[in-house]
Amino acid sequence: MKLMVTFSRKRGREPVIAQVVRDTGVLINVERAQIDSHEGEALIEVPDESCQLVRERMEALGATTRRLDRTILYDRDECVDCGACISICPQDVFAFDPEWQLVVEEGKCVLCGKCQLACPHGALTLQL
Amino acid sequence: MEKTIELINERIRDGNAVVVTAERMPGVVAELGEEGALAEVDVVTTGTFGAMCSSGAFLNFGHADPPIRMERVWLNDVEAYGGLAAVDAYIGATQQSETRRDQYGGAHVIEDLVSGRRVELRGSSRGTDCYPRRTIRTELGLEDLNQAVMLNPRNAYQRYNAAVNTTDRVLHTYMGMLLPNHGNISYSGAGVLNPLSNDPSLRFIGPGVPIFLGGAEGMVVGEGTQASPAGGFGTLMVSGDLKQMKPEYLRAATMHGYGVTLYVGVGVPIPVLDLEAVRATAVTDAEIEVDVVDYGVPSRGRPALKRVSYADLRSGHVELDGEEVPTSPLSSFRMARQVASVLAERVASGEMTLALPTRRMDATKAARPMRETGQGPRVRDIMDRTPVSITVDQPVTAAAAKLLRGETNHLVVLDADGRLTGVVTTFDISKAVLRPEKAKSVADVMSRRVVTTTADEAVDIAAQKLERNNISALPVVDGDRRVVGMLTGTNLSKLIGRGRK
Repeated sequence: MKLMVTFSRKRGREPVIAQVVRDTGVLINVERAQIDSHEGEALIEVPDESCQLVRERMEALGATTRRLDRTILYDRDECVDCGACISICPQDVFAFDPEWQLVVEEGKCVLCGKCQLACPHGALTLQL
Repeated sequence: MEKTIELINERIRDGNAVVVTAERMPGVVAELGEEGALAEVDVVTTGTFGAMCSSGAFLNFGHADPPIRMERVWLNDVEAYGGLAAVDAYIGATQQSETRRDQYGGAHVIEDLVSGRRVELRGSSRGTDCYPRRTIRTELGLEDLNQAVMLNPRNAYQRYNAAVNTTDRVLHTYMGMLLPNHGNISYSGAGVLNPLSNDPSLRFIGPGVPIFLGGAEGMVVGEGTQASPAGGFGTLMVSGDLKQMKPEYLRAATMHGYGVTLYVGVGVPIPVLDLEAVRATAVTDAEIEVDVVDYGVPSRGRPALKRVSYADLRSGHVELDGEEVPTSPLSSFRMARQVASVLAERVASGEMTLALPTRRMDATKAARPMRETGQGPRVRDIMDRTPVSITVDQPVTAAAAKLLRGETNHLVVLDADGRLTGVVTTFDISKAVLRPEKAKSVADVMSRRVVTTTADEAVDIAAQKLERNNISALPVVDGDRRVVGMLTGTNLSKLIGRGRK
């Protein structure tokens, strides 16, 4: 399960992710993080069964969390199977099947947003 | 053995013609041999589906009452060329909307029309005795037009060089997004299925030849603009009736940072008349080669980093400088296949017969670059020739003193050999004042990462460097990193004052 965690300096300077890992013992995979002096955002992946626990602990430490059921929304009708998304994706989300049709593995996406810009046909939209 | 076009058309009409796609032809020749393939196969169909910017359509709207001679024409806020008598216009695929910028353009107008949607026509005129009306605004669908003729000046490139980017920033090009430090390779074209790659001598593709265009039966008008078949970069000018076309094969697109374009499906059937035709249509991806060129170099002569084949490109990776660089296409091979297959069905079913070119196109022609009668402005034309410099070992106070004279905000910093090693600005000096203990000499406060230009660089390229790096001056260096001048924003504004002759 992917969670988008938002930190705010106003609500404390705790090392939230480290704290939650220590408290819960759940191994959190940080897929992407952007943190500046005032606030930050991290995309994390946690095992489905620990999702609720991790969220509760993070919220208790002042972070807000949002469950991401989807990552990149793929509009098959707009896609022409060109493949412009394939080589620019850092996570290998996109590939061709043997018939040169695009295959999208949404679960690998870390929401970097490159494909949304690169798709000439507007077939890819980040779910944020 | 040789066959005639009449024989092949007779077989097509009788429903007996053997038609295969160009993708299957190498296998047929491997199995039956060249003679066997000539006896067996009558027609090879090709197909390509990709971004073809040089596309558009002539539209005739009919006369209004009172009549207008439209001098300017807009369709859904996209300007169409109206310099064609009264009620004709040419809508070009890459023209952008005046209100929606790169999210909508001529390609979208064409796609909307072919999809059965109405578009708003706006026209204006100065009014004449015979055409008194000055403005018009109405909504039109494809069925309301007398003619809607697609005429694409340059389609179906025989092959196209692949693109890579060696700079340290992302480039947004008509070849798609190019990641920094050769992070990816982008390519275009259907390789083995490409029409002109299956007839590089232009024996069967030429004016008058019936083709698949956008789902309809179109035809080759002749040599495409900028055609350079001598070097393997032939192009085709093609035409067809937009009213017969299908939206599946005409898809508007936006290349981020570049603009609007139209994906077009084009396929050409090639009659297999002789052994030379067999050999030409048996071409494989491995035999069609292109350069991987560096789009990071902003000049016409972009350097080629490597020669690769379409087989290499389609494998998903190409080795470059010892690294496996991922490749991906901009054109759709699935759709190219579909074009070739649908065309094969149309020919096999007798729906479409073939024709030889009414005259041959010149396969030895090479496109020339633009003749420029006046050279555009170069850095040397506007740079400061007396940059103020300081050596790296001098105290900060010496730098401050030089800057205080007010001639410049940038000092070029030279090493002991007189070569550029850094730049000091008034901003750097201000920082030094705040931390005097850490900033004693020029070396302590200067910026070491200096973006430079050269005297013969085009001013537009230098201006881009200033803008992109958010800086206000560029030292001008020679091949030996000796400073020969300085280019500042002030120099650039003088150029605007001169009217950029």
